[in-house]
Amino acid sequence: MKLAERVRTGDRLALARLLTLIENNSPEGQDTLSELHALTGRAHRIGVTGAPGTGKSALVNRLTQHLRAQDDPPFVAIVAVDPTSPFTGGAILGDRIRMRDLSGDPGIFIRSMANRGALGGLAGTTSGVVDALDAAGFQWILIETVGTGQAEVDIAGAAHTVLVLGAPGMGDAVQTLKAGVLEISDILVVNKSDLPGAESAARALRAALELGPVDSEWMTPILLTSADNGDGIPELAAKISTHMEHLKKTGGREERDHARVVGEMERLLQQRLTDRFKAAQSDGDYERAIERVVDRELSPMRAIDELFQD
Amino acid sequence: MPETKIRVLVAKPGLDGHDRGAKVIARALRDAGFEVIYTGLRQTPEMIAEAALQEDVQIVGLSVLSGAHMTLVPRILELLKKQGQESVKVMIGGIIPDEDRPKLEELGVAGIFGPGTSTTEVIEHFEGAVTPAPAEG
Ligand code: B12
Ligand SMILES: Nc1nc2c(ncn2[C@@H]2O[C@H](COP(=O)(O)OP(=O)(O)OP(=O)(O)O)[C@@H](O)[C@H]2O)c(=O)[nH]1
Ligand SMILES: [Mg+2]
Repeated sequence: MKLAERVRTGDRLALARLLTLIENNSPEGQDTLSELHALTGRAHRIGVTGAPGTGKSALVNRLTQHLRAQDDPPFVAIVAVDPTSPFTGGAILGDRIRMRDLSGDPGIFIRSMANRGALGGLAGTTSGVVDALDAAGFQWILIETVGTGQAEVDIAGAAHTVLVLGAPGMGDAVQTLKAGVLEISDILVVNKSDLPGAESAARALRAALELGPVDSEWMTPILLTSADNGDGIPELAAKISTHMEHLKKTGGREERDHARVVGEMERLLQQRLTDRFKAAQSDGDYERAIERVVDRELSPMRAIDELFQD
Repeated sequence: MPETKIRVLVAKPGLDGHDRGAKVIARALRDAGFEVIYTGLRQTPEMIAEAALQEDVQIVGLSVLSGAHMTLVPRILELLKKQGQESVKVMIGGIIPDEDRPKLEELGVAGIFGPGTSTTEVIEHFEGAVTPAPAEG
């Protein structure tokens, strides 16, 4: 049976293989993705971002447990992205440590990814991996970004609903959040509500929100959760569902899907054009141009102009 | 540009809490360019096999210092086989008495590393075990 067919019919090992092929940018992975493309678009994609240690993985664990305990539970896939070491190209992917409660449930699929040098909180192939999980029939896909503490803006283009996590006791949490993350959040979560300071963190966030741009249709809610004792998790799940409904009603879902496709197309186009351009240069021209800029003979813009001339 | 990495699961099966060795190995593998999925302590054989499947790893590395390797390791090998992952290499480290080695190797364990093993040795053995990459099934 072909890989696409096996993935479609629920073969988990085939799905896992496909995800690897996609991560490695292999032609077989691309072929299979294109065969499966018509089946995508059914999942609700939920981004989970926030500074390191705010409890993203622990929250995903709790939220998924809650979802799977409901009547008629959704199939849930989790994609957890961790950083690749820029020095060695290797990575330790440790998010599963906090997701041990999710093992043994065939309605859940967890995949760890290294970002392989991509900036912006996701890997270059995360959207392909999420597409594959969508086509395989997972209805909720939770995407945990790298916790870099800065605006993980990529997730805004990859998800329907973005959760931004903060936690009490992180002095600069609010500061960090101001730098662009508030704008991308659909739901703000102050996790670790079992620790002192959660209420005041929530108040600080509310104040910061009020300074930002106002979306008249969706007021970003601020929720308190504890991934430790489970407080606030049902409310969070309900709020995500409300946001899903909101997107459906207002056409926001199509808008976000459209923007995601535009982003993905542009990224691929840039890659393809760059590769093609470089391949068309005679040997060493591009490298020589770089050297001339390094040696201050030319500005970068003039160097590109010259490359385009011949 | 195709970019292939060796993916390894490093896990601590059973109830044993000695995790220094597993962490040392995980870091050394990362520094050698591997992608290491670290699942932490107290993993059942079922949890380990499931993670190996979802993560599609080429190698499963188990660290056992509790003496329970003769029950845990065969069970994990059996589960991997049952789910179609017989090509995954299983490596173990920790406190493994010499007399248990032949049995484990016979069962299909691809490498056994005791206290004092250099990380360079582990890395070379791991790289050797997965190259050339097995044909995609
Ligand atoms: C440190 C230590 C502890 C620490 C552990 C701290 C921690 N978080 O890891 C503490 C004090 C908590 C502890 C507790 C106990 N310990 Co203790 N402990 C040790 C000790 C002295 C060193 C282990 C160690 O960390 N070595 C350093 C690391 C880097 O080495 P390593 O784990 O061997 O790993 C190397 C290789 O084995 C290999 N490797 C290991 N894992 C893997 C995995 C892969 C994939 C690969 C490729 C290679 C590999 O590569 C590593 C690098 O060379 C050993 C004795 C010894 N000399 O080994 C006893 C020892 C392991 N402990 C022992 C015992 C009995 C216990 C206790 C039960 C004691 C008690 N009665 O309370 C408790 C149990 C704790 C528990 N919950 O499981 C016994 C085990 C006996 C057995 N298996 O038959 C030992 C052997 C001591 C002895 N001689 O009796 N212990
Ligand atoms: N008290 C308390 N601790 C929590 C809570 N949620 C997470 N933690 C702890 O916070 C630490 C970090 O949790 P993770 O879930 O690994 O955080 P993360 O955001 O996924 O971290 P990175 O993936 O490394 O960015 C762990 O020690 C958790 O046990 C919570 O609600 N309350
Ligand atoms: Mg995490």
